[in-house]
Amino acid sequence: MSKIKKTFASYDAAPENTSHIDLKAQYDLFINGKFVKPQSKQYYDTINPATEKKIASIAKGNEKDIDVAVKSANKAFESWSKTEPKERAKYIYRIARMIQERAREFAVIETMNGGKPIRESRDIDIPLAANHFFYYAGWADKLDYAFPNRKPKPVGVVGQIIPWNFPLLMAAWKLAPALATGNTVVLKPAESTPLTALKLAEIIQESGLPDGVVQIVTGFGDAGAALVNHPLVNKIAFTGSTEVGKYIQKAVAGSNKKVTLELGGKAANIIFDDAPIDQALEGIVNGIFFNQGHVCCAGSRLFVQENIADKVIQKLKDRMKTLIIGDPMDKNTDIGAINSKEQLLKINNYIKIGLAEGAEMYQTNCALPSQGYFCKPTLFLHTAQSHRIVQEEIFGPVLTIQTFRTIEEVIEKANNIPYGLSAGVWTDKGSKIFNLTTKLRAGVVWANTYNKFDPTSPFGGYQESGFGREGGVHGLLPYVHF
Amino acid sequence: MVLQIQSPTIDQVGVEERVARLMTRSIKKESKLEGLKLALNMIDLTTLEGKDTVGKVKQMCYKAQHLADDIAGLPTVAAVCVYVNHVKTAKRALVNSGIKIASVATAFPSGNSSRKVKIEETKMAVANGADEVDMVISRGEFLQGNYNFVFDEIAAIKEACGPARLKVILETGELSTLDNVRKASDIAIHAGADFIKTSTGKIQPAATMPVTLVMLQAIKDHYDATGIMIGMKPAGGISTSKSALNYLVMLYETLGEKWMSNEWFRFGASSLANDIILQLGKEKYGAYYSMNYISKD
Repeated sequence: MSKIKKTFASYDAAPENTSHIDLKAQYDLFINGKFVKPQSKQYYDTINPATEKKIASIAKGNEKDIDVAVKSANKAFESWSKTEPKERAKYIYRIARMIQERAREFAVIETMNGGKPIRESRDIDIPLAANHFFYYAGWADKLDYAFPNRKPKPVGVVGQIIPWNFPLLMAAWKLAPALATGNTVVLKPAESTPLTALKLAEIIQESGLPDGVVQIVTGFGDAGAALVNHPLVNKIAFTGSTEVGKYIQKAVAGSNKKVTLELGGKAANIIFDDAPIDQALEGIVNGIFFNQGHVCCAGSRLFVQENIADKVIQKLKDRMKTLIIGDPMDKNTDIGAINSKEQLLKINNYIKIGLAEGAEMYQTNCALPSQGYFCKPTLFLHTAQSHRIVQEEIFGPVLTIQTFRTIEEVIEKANNIPYGLSAGVWTDKGSKIFNLTTKLRAGVVWANTYNKFDPTSPFGGYQESGFGREGGVHGLLPYVHF
Repeated sequence: MVLQIQSPTIDQVGVEERVARLMTRSIKKESKLEGLKLALNMIDLTTLEGKDTVGKVKQMCYKAQHLADDIAGLPTVAAVCVYVNHVKTAKRALVNSGIKIASVATAFPSGNSSRKVKIEETKMAVANGADEVDMVISRGEFLQGNYNFVFDEIAAIKEACGPARLKVILETGELSTLDNVRKASDIAIHAGADFIKTSTGKIQPAATMPVTLVMLQAIKDHYDATGIMIGMKPAGGISTSKSALNYLVMLYETLGEKWMSNEWFRFGASSLANDIILQLGKEKYGAYYSMNYISKD
């Protein structure tokens, strides 16, 4: 039976069917319920990072387009803010259902445009996006219960700028609470991943949502800056880099604009010697390799108690050998393409820095596709707090590993970072979990799991990871005033 | 001496998530075909009923050698599994077939008897020609915390097995928690098991993927520490091709290529073989055929 024995050395390709998706060659801006040409008449190419091939032309919105969009939103605010809350809810429910109905199409486009494995867009991004709309639709007519005796009112026109790592999901995180609370929106998707937001615009159009309630304006940083600085915008919600977050904070200083920022992170994932080791291992893998590590809450700093470090590292190396890196559209792919060339260069530069700093690198000897932007899953062993690769956000599949001796030591090290978005704790002992979760300075702390998201649970950071919460009843707060 | 085996804790939610993730693997084309043939070759074709007769055992042994003669290139099953009193019948029926004979022993399925009786039964199975012995652990003693008793009993049966390979049935459906499954796996491995096996098939739930994963991880830890390979046999409740492929994916991604043969992995199953034949028949004929074309021995 020796012939049979090599069966599973590699699984045969299992590509997701892509023939059912409906994509146009060119996408315009979605303003006041219609798709309109950009005033600049300029378009740029959006590509598939796994093949480097063009998918479509995308309108390059500029300051003038933003101005038109904000004015449309401002006009629509008058009637939308007075629309019966239960009527608002109906539209949001409808959008949620339409996302569900077209889930497969959204998943394929998300993977095509962003490089993430189809397994993730299919099982995580798209269902969660629909769930966010469902969840906030439920709040629309219950705001008086969310804020008893405070008479919450919408803030007005909201400018929302979202990142490229979870394009549709971040649009859902932003739009759903804003609409539920009666605001109107101008949303700018990330330049590299506009397609699912534009498909969402089509759904919004079909849903019959009144014109001007949502505008989606594609473009680059200048369009984002114009949105932030527009005098008719009452609130900015931004998810992205800490650098841009600081710019926004400065730009709105002295204005009456409300701001929420969800920025970078460098989360500690802490493994104690009494942890369920094999499950913790999955948490490590999920923590850093989920979405190629393009996750602001990624568990990018691993802390392992020193007495089990050798064992955990050996197991982690073995586990990494089973990760499948390649075509994101293959249903078996675990790690897809890096989102853009620019990001790949940034990650590779950090790998160089890590080597120059003297950390020991480990990569599996998996083959990478010859085309597209790919990066091997990477470990850096023997790292210390003073390493740049430990201090700075890499936003890629690169994990640094440090050891610790005592609980006090690991708390100090975990907190010794300008960020504070998330953390993970692995131990069988409940009291240890509670001790740590109160002392770790992070907006989200996961115990014996990692990267768990739910619309009912608030998400957000401390310090340079930003402020404000999205999700849950807390996520309504930034969109109302009293 | 007090037994000192340090088993890691198990997080059930984490195990279930890992299993769910493994089940999303999409096995197609050649991988699927070869996987199904491999699964067929890993089956311990089993009859363990009070109403077992010589006729029933003989017919099953014929089936073991002729799974579906219309499909070329099919392997045989790995072994047949019967009660002690049917070992001789099976031995005669399977002569020169290469198919192993496994016998349950040690007061299967409850394991409630004296050590003396269990040892005698084991020796009888081997003397009658069993190549493999499937014993049950004393779950009552385990749940009372008498881990030394369980260890010693397995060690004693191993000794009584002589050259026969010993499979130790944990009956995980009665152990209740995954922590217990891990502990029992470690005890069995250290006491001399050649294989660890989930279930008798008489208790529900029988084999499940989470339980099997925990046992595979115990095997991996033992291998990493000692270099000694231990086999794994999920038994009961695995009846479809799809589920067999899920188990093979889990085996491959937990223990790797070395374990991908019937020397190290078995399915204890009675109806799985026919479902695999149905799938392989579909590949050959291009459409599903009636189950009436598949023999039900």
